Amino acid sequence: MSTTTTAAAATTATPSLKDASQARQKRMIADHFTDLSTAKEQGKKVVYTFVPGNLTELISALGMLPVLPEINALQSGMRKKSGGYIAEAEKAGHSEDVCTYVKCDIGMKRSGNIGPTGLPLPDPDLLLLSYTGCFTFLKWFELLKQEYNCPIAMLHVPYQPDGVVTPAMRQYVVDQLENKVIPLMEEVAGRKLDMDVLAEHLGRSAQAEDDLCAVWESAKHRPSPIDGYFGGVYYIGPIFTSFRGGEDCVAYYRELRAEVEERIALGMGPQTPIGQLDDQKYRLVVEGPPNWTNFNDFWTMFAQEGAVIVSSSYTRVGGLYDLGFRHDPSDPLGTLADYCLGCYTNLGLPSRIDLLEKYIKDYEADGFFINSVKSCNSFSAGQLLILRELEERTGVPGGFVESDLVDPRYFSKSNIDNRVQSYLQMLEAKRQGGFVAA
Amino acid sequence: MGEAMAVDTKPDPAAEVLERARTLALDLNLTEVKRWKAENPGCLAIGHMPIYSPRPLLEALGCLPVGVFGGGDEIDIIRGDSYFQSYICHIPRSTVELGIAGHLDCLDGMVFPSICDVIRNLGGMWKLLFPDRYSAYLDLPQNFDRDIGGRFYAHELRRIASEITALGGLALDPERLRVAIEDDNRRRRAIAQLDAARFATPWLYPASEAYLVVRAGSVLMAAEHADLVDSYVALAGQRSNRPLDNVRVVLVGAFCEQPPMGLIISLERAGCDIVADDFQHGARTIVGDVVLHDDEDPLDTLAFCFLDQGIATASRYIADDEKGGALIAQVRETGADGVIFAAASFCDPALLDQPMLEAACAAVGIPFTAFKYSENTGQFQVIREQAGAFSDSVKLWGDTSHASLTQPSPTEQGVAR
Repeated sequence: MSTTTTAAAATTATPSLKDASQARQKRMIADHFTDLSTAKEQGKKVVYTFVPGNLTELISALGMLPVLPEINALQSGMRKKSGGYIAEAEKAGHSEDVCTYVKCDIGMKRSGNIGPTGLPLPDPDLLLLSYTGCFTFLKWFELLKQEYNCPIAMLHVPYQPDGVVTPAMRQYVVDQLENKVIPLMEEVAGRKLDMDVLAEHLGRSAQAEDDLCAVWESAKHRPSPIDGYFGGVYYIGPIFTSFRGGEDCVAYYRELRAEVEERIALGMGPQTPIGQLDDQKYRLVVEGPPNWTNFNDFWTMFAQEGAVIVSSSYTRVGGLYDLGFRHDPSDPLGTLADYCLGCYTNLGLPSRIDLLEKYIKDYEADGFFINSVKSCNSFSAGQLLILRELEERTGVPGGFVESDLVDPRYFSKSNIDNRVQSYLQMLEAKRQGGFVAA
Repeated sequence: MGEAMAVDTKPDPAAEVLERARTLALDLNLTEVKRWKAENPGCLAIGHMPIYSPRPLLEALGCLPVGVFGGGDEIDIIRGDSYFQSYICHIPRSTVELGIAGHLDCLDGMVFPSICDVIRNLGGMWKLLFPDRYSAYLDLPQNFDRDIGGRFYAHELRRIASEITALGGLALDPERLRVAIEDDNRRRRAIAQLDAARFATPWLYPASEAYLVVRAGSVLMAAEHADLVDSYVALAGQRSNRPLDNVRVVLVGAFCEQPPMGLIISLERAGCDIVADDFQHGARTIVGDVVLHDDEDPLDTLAFCFLDQGIATASRYIADDEKGGALIAQVRETGADGVIFAAASFCDPALLDQPMLEAACAAVGIPFTAFKYSENTGQFQVIREQAGAFSDSVKLWGDTSHASLTQPSPTEQGVAR
């Protein structure tokens, strides 16, 4: 695409302004990592766990602090440290073929385990292996068990091959929570779980989930006040990680929702790396995780051409709230089971395609785009079939690029930029052709 | 470097049974399955992917269970490649190719057990690519308590049984299931006998032959497979091959995508007696007989045996045991001199497991080497040289007195379980 167009789009953007919600999230993260750095002195127990199917309310109700190695890895990617960490792990015998989140995490641990705020991370007292939608999780924590001398609580979450949660699947998860996971967590925490406290946390989760859904829905407006992928990964930060169920999390989403509603009223687009994107030429749905090592470059490739992402599957890996799920304080263990079972990557491929089709239609997208990451077979295996199926079902063109999560060797900027530009040119040509034909 | 196996100039007493095994094991057109269906009109053939599927259940439903291991190096991948990115392993491509090209048309359904994310997603793709054919995902439990994982898994088995019955299979009958479990016990005993023979006299039972004999069971009912294995063990035992100056190795990591036959033979020619392997892991997943009880539903028995008698592999969560402990024990039991880690490229379970297993080996001084392959790898020279160098180094500098490896030293005892 011509540089003139690029420059024109860039000049229509207004400078980025930090919203109050952003400032709040920044403070929440800083406080959390400060807490973690002094956890041992404070006598607080630390639980390492994963984003999909996370049991944050359970961890916090027992007074423990969560650490999410996936988040550490992506933060390392954004801070340009992941390449060195991955090299460290590969030197120690880890294959170049496997998940780079795992290698980044192991390399970071062997390099001193310094967290994203520059403070040291404590060793875990418990590895909470919520095995949800990703086989690698299982191996990841087996590997971490070699690094740390602590117990593992295993929660096997059955997969939804047909998009249905059966009573047997739900019961299996509840049985494990009740008889395996919670007793071990209580042992590590040194106290019994108070179900009333857990219910309070779950109730607050539901409040935040309501507000997050309103934020997702806002992208149905034109112009969209949010970017539902690149911007969306910031919006999911608190609720997918360490804060769901807390007061701060409720306040964050209330604030975020108000800001988004204000942007709708003012006809404002989302903030992007090149400023505010009001002039939105293309509305896209994105499948697959982002690349973190060149996150802003990748976002800019779309923003500078006036493309806004109205919805994405990656922002649903920690919960499909927009399909109606809410944590239910009246059934604490059942609702945790439902939550784990319902995460995006726990859905069979046909269900994933149905969902993406729904997003394309509901958000009136002009196209969809797949970022296929080498590291993540859970996402990536089958994406070429997803591409075909979605094009056939919706008549909307799809784009496809390959990159990686946090391995900088797999982000070929010029190639990806070319692909993105070619794809958007194709959308434009289709649009023009349609206009002429009409 | 070690040399090729000793050649017996007399006629090979096992030649005929071996040729039958080769035909059954490597026939991508599934001629035997078609023959079986013609002989058993109305009966179903149900395919299943590696690693483990409960074949006795399928037999009890009147079905022929058919192990599907991809296309190996015998099929050109044309359309299969268009469904997968370059960084995904090879077996799903060749399996899709087999499906699209009609090689699997004689199968009435496919079962995709929970091995890894790729095979899991392949199950979803199968539903879309072949919407008129039955396909099921089998979630093997990662919780090994009978009351929790056992209950869930038994439910999974009942679900699949009812779906296959609806498809035209027989209704689940406890007596038929008991017979099928007993047949499978017989088959397992036959394979155990073969493995023991390999361990004792590997020069009579090379791994490349054992591979074919075990894999032939992919298209046979258990009782018939047991006969074939028994026959091979008896006939190959009559050979007069002499022992060679080879090293004894355990091969690990090839449990799903299979290496080409040429690769296995190359390892043997490089001076390695493969005395144990995980090529056909499903045939050995359950250790020992599955004991039936009068007061227990045989379907529960079948479910519980996976919990209680299932052996360690990369796709099975190791809860309380030491990681790598099972491998160390296997090395000791088979008197192996070392380990070859052979994983398919981009195989998450094998490659994520490998550093832990290597560490376990290193901790007790077991030598190992590692390489990757693809099912259609065509160049074996590099691997042969690597295996030859490994074999030579073990012979020159390793402690190859097998007795010394059968007893753990005091420092090793913490690792073995």
